Amino acid sequence: MRQNLDVISAYVIMLGLIILVGVFQSWNLALSILCFCLISAVMTMGANIQWGYAGLINFGIMGYTALGGLAAVLVSVPPVKEAWQVGGLNMILCIFIIGLIVFTVRFILKKFEKSKKRNYTIAAIIIVGLIFLRLISAPAIESIEAVSPATTGFLGGMGLPILFSWIVGAFFAGALAYVIGKIALGLRADYLAIATLLISEIVIAVIKHEDWLTRGVKNVIGLKRPVPYEIDLQAKEWFISLIEKFHQGTLSLITDALEKEQMLKQLVIEGSTVFVKLCFAGLFIVVVIILLIITQKALYSPWGRMMRAIRDNEEAANAMGKNVVKQHLLIFVLGSAIVGIAGAMMVTYDGLLTPGSYRPMRYTFLIWVMVIVGGSGNNFGAILGGFAVWFLWIEAAPIALFLINLFTSGLEETNAFKIHLINSIPYFRYLMMGVGLLLIMRYRPKGLLPEKIRHA
Amino acid sequence: MDFLNAIVLLLNYIFVPALSYGSQLALGAIFVSLIYGILRFAYFTAGDLMSFGTMFAILFTWYFQSAGINFGILPTALLAIPFAIIITISFTLVTDKLVFSYYRMKKSPPVMLAMVSIGTMFVTQAIVRIIIGPFDRRFFDGERFILKANEFKEMTGLNEGLTIKSTQAITLVVTIIVVSVLFWFLNKTKTGKSMRAYSDNEDLALLSGIDPKKVVMITWIIAAVLATIGGTLYGLDKSFKPFTYFNNMLPIFAAAIVGGIGNPFGAFLGGYVIAFSEILVTYAYRKFFVYILPESMEPNSLIQLLSTDYKFAVSFSILVVVLLFRPSGIFKGKVL
Repeated sequence: MRQNLDVISAYVIMLGLIILVGVFQSWNLALSILCFCLISAVMTMGANIQWGYAGLINFGIMGYTALGGLAAVLVSVPPVKEAWQVGGLNMILCIFIIGLIVFTVRFILKKFEKSKKRNYTIAAIIIVGLIFLRLISAPAIESIEAVSPATTGFLGGMGLPILFSWIVGAFFAGALAYVIGKIALGLRADYLAIATLLISEIVIAVIKHEDWLTRGVKNVIGLKRPVPYEIDLQAKEWFISLIEKFHQGTLSLITDALEKEQMLKQLVIEGSTVFVKLCFAGLFIVVVIILLIITQKALYSPWGRMMRAIRDNEEAANAMGKNVVKQHLLIFVLGSAIVGIAGAMMVTYDGLLTPGSYRPMRYTFLIWVMVIVGGSGNNFGAILGGFAVWFLWIEAAPIALFLINLFTSGLEETNAFKIHLINSIPYFRYLMMGVGLLLIMRYRPKGLLPEKIRHA
Repeated sequence: MDFLNAIVLLLNYIFVPALSYGSQLALGAIFVSLIYGILRFAYFTAGDLMSFGTMFAILFTWYFQSAGINFGILPTALLAIPFAIIITISFTLVTDKLVFSYYRMKKSPPVMLAMVSIGTMFVTQAIVRIIIGPFDRRFFDGERFILKANEFKEMTGLNEGLTIKSTQAITLVVTIIVVSVLFWFLNKTKTGKSMRAYSDNEDLALLSGIDPKKVVMITWIIAAVLATIGGTLYGLDKSFKPFTYFNNMLPIFAAAIVGGIGNPFGAFLGGYVIAFSEILVTYAYRKFFVYILPESMEPNSLIQLLSTDYKFAVSFSILVVVLLFRPSGIFKGKVL
């Protein structure tokens, strides 16, 4: 019961903080913080499943996020017909060749005994395959990228509603996780961390530089939204009357008709941005709640108990006949798929994919700070961690400014030291994150909301 | 003649740059490997510790320059390194005292310590950015080239020039000195031997009366020295930018693992393995083939295995291959 009280009070405080931002700064900012908090919460849940349930460290979160984003592009952008005409056939052929290489290598691995000869054959097949790939894809890529490079220059997607990409993103990320898991899951914990970190960098390199697929650093912009656009809203009759009703009090105070109309127009514009963000937040909340229900159910199911048993004592679980390797792979794929959903959600919200912006600091290490701060092994804790850390990450600048002004109030405005400090405000958020992480790990190593241990 | 030209071409564009880049990576990889062997965790602050040391080298360089002190034809930064090292050593010792020692006493699992090192990574990054800012800085002064392309062409009468920047020569000389002193220390002195013993078997080492506090302290001192020197050399050769240094953590880890983690000599060679493969795979060989093949067979494409965009990806793929087939690294480190 006490623990439930902790959870409720923690969430009330968090919501209160966001409302405070709404009151003192702006509702627009508060809602965008809320949206990103929700996205972070989904990412954190993905990482938490792997770390909290199974003790697997996955530092490849950035890679899965980017793959989710890629899914959003590939699902929602209408196909570029011209590009398909000039290079589509070759690219499809390339996919077949890749499939062929993988299947022959698997076939050889299964069919023949381990020997030097087998290794050389596999190497030869891969090299020959890569040369073929290169020969077929190079001219196709060139001609695809030449199709009006300023606006398209890539194959485009399928032109479906972007909401599908949330599922597709999960599949993309899950598939990548399957491959990585097959390679790296046998490694010791901190090795796994390094290996996943490096592999995620490879994923980013591919997304950044394969222009025919993602437009690379030229970015894909103007992705279709699942919610209405501000401009359309401002023209809608029902929306204007809604705003009018909502602000009846303030509007009735103004007597001048012209002024009243202008005021209403202003309010409608403001209201439309808030309304759009509210829609997004609603969608995200639905995702978070669905995931929360599923993960909670899983945690307290026999499967969840088995996972914790594996986490706490791998050998014992193995001796009980549980297939540790298989379960690790399963949870690795599931967790990464959830992160993939978050990646697609983020690109949906932004409406654009900027491959250049995926950096490990923001998309891997920050998420890990959230997991540790929130409380590993506890889904409510993970969500809270996502909220609290993202809130601090955004609000760090105003807090730092306040603190600097407080501590240097004795100095003059023109003091070089003070100016230097104020100019470097954006970097204080790193300091806060680092110190926060260190303090939590030292004094509350189980996180803000620790894992509940049920005694039967 | 064409054959000589081709050789010089490879020397100029592959061998010399890879050798200096490899040395810079190797210095980083050695200390990551040492920390892994003795303190038993993956030190994610590695790249940022290098940028921390380099930052102070730059600050002292600026101070010396303003005071009118210089080092003749050599860069002033070399004079600044010892002072920067002192500050970096105190930084690593303070972080150990404040942060890492607690978890060591509690015998926390290595994962916990790796997470903690992410905390120190954030803090170090913030300190560097607050003090010197996130911008690109060049702090090289003195004579830029040892051998210029034109001079080489005149000297030998070849078509291809060979350029050797003084920073490349300095990197190589300093690395050779530092690494030989380090390996002499590890292999011949009593303290060095006790460190290796501690790395091999902690319990036996403690039993035979080795002071763990001293071993840990020396490890941090060596890490600070190598980080400052490696970082400054990298900054002299290219330029100093905190973000690049953070990214360099990744090839450094790759080098340490490829070489066999916990094995400093393997890490040293691992640095060169990574550097050479990065440059060999992304170099466009067209001109090379123009020289060595008869005219009728001249290639018309670039003959580049991968575009330079994938430079990092190459080293990481090597790492993956090594992990798959030889998890203990090429030069047998700890089996993980």
